[in-house]
Amino acid sequence: MIQVKNLSKRFGYRMALHGVDLHVRRGEVVALLGPNGAGKSTLLRILAGLAQPTAGRVQVDGCLLPQQAAAARAQLGYLGHQPLLYDDLTADQNLDFFARLYNVPAPTQRITELLELVALDHRRREAVRGFSRGMQQRLALARALLHRPRVLLLDEPHSALDLQTADLLDEVLRAEARAGASILIASHDLGRVGGLVQRAELLADGRIAATLPKAKLGRMLPAHYERALEAANG
Amino acid sequence: MASFVSAVWAILRKDLAAEWRSRQLVTAMLVFVVLVIFIFAFTLDIDTLTRRQIAAGVLWTTFAFAGTLGLNRTLASEGERGSLDGLLLAPVERSAIYFGKTLANLFFMLVVEIFTLPLYAVFYDMNLAQPGLWLVLLLGSWCFCSVGMLLAAMAAQARSRELLLPVLLFPLVLPVLVSAVRASSAFLNGLGLEYALPSLNILIAYGIIMPALGFMFFDFIVEE
Repeated sequence: MIQVKNLSKRFGYRMALHGVDLHVRRGEVVALLGPNGAGKSTLLRILAGLAQPTAGRVQVDGCLLPQQAAAARAQLGYLGHQPLLYDDLTADQNLDFFARLYNVPAPTQRITELLELVALDHRRREAVRGFSRGMQQRLALARALLHRPRVLLLDEPHSALDLQTADLLDEVLRAEARAGASILIASHDLGRVGGLVQRAELLADGRIAATLPKAKLGRMLPAHYERALEAANG
Repeated sequence: MASFVSAVWAILRKDLAAEWRSRQLVTAMLVFVVLVIFIFAFTLDIDTLTRRQIAAGVLWTTFAFAGTLGLNRTLASEGERGSLDGLLLAPVERSAIYFGKTLANLFFMLVVEIFTLPLYAVFYDMNLAQPGLWLVLLLGSWCFCSVGMLLAAMAAQARSRELLLPVLLFPLVLPVLVSAVRASSAFLNGLGLEYALPSLNILIAYGIIMPALGFMFFDFIVEE
């Protein structure tokens, strides 16, 4: 579960987030839509404990940030713009390293299971340096799921993925949501995430400008989305 | 405590495995040190006695610059690929990252020292069979890495980190270098432990205080 109340973040003189309220329940998939610079990545980084809020209250899986950040991080899977992997290590070594940091029980079995899930088990002993962008993103997904997180934060997860990999990602996320994970996906691509989420929060200029229920999302054409964004921007 | 130690060990193991596969960092440090040894050896037209007197200074100046190369790359490479975020997201004490990285750098520095000391012995007429000298090398390198890793973490978030690190590092590490040179010189010139002891004490104090500061403040340093 993710609960955010009146969250603000300031970078110098610039307010990146103003009084954001957000609630993602267990098993719910929510999209955070908005143009570049709207504050999506900043919000996700605060939820992940990688940045500190200027004001407001943030709870991730019942843990208050930043006071209980370490406990929150144990329940959190994060997939960002970058794969957060080590080029010089093999797929196996990368996952083994993170399994040790997260204290994953029976790590070898879990790593094999995930490499099979993301269809990289045949490349497990190869260095990540030789992987394509899509393969790296698949391995990053395996890294994010390694410790069976109860909260998943994904920042533009479909960018640079081929159709097959994007479909695989959607399938995995649906399975995680069915298993009870709370999932927040930051994206500017309504077409890609529209079918996956139960609700979308429209973020514009650091504020939640609108909440779009699934019924409305399904009917929303790109032109409507653009207009909603323009309206949100004032 | 057990999870802290296992996190430090995991980070150290990861850095060693990555370096074993790429062999970039240690190779660059080794080439640098060997080049400096040759440059000093062939440009300084001095007698054997003077050569022996300046050996400790040359030794530590070279190792300090080679160590800076290592420190610069350790966290910068994590920052460039965003993998530092991967470490910061892990549910471990962030000071475990500091100790894991410091130990990895110490290992790289010691490897370079072990491989290049025979060259110094040849060119500077040094007797390496002195336990005191090896103790100074271990202590001095530990102090250098523990200060350096704190500053490398600060510099890693700056745009001009390659320039910033030496500027921040050398003033702070000066007491370490001066003490290491004095202690090494005492052992190399056969003056015995009592001449080296004041410098060794400074190194021991630095080697305790700096890691303690790292333990307390690394979390704040890497925080955005």
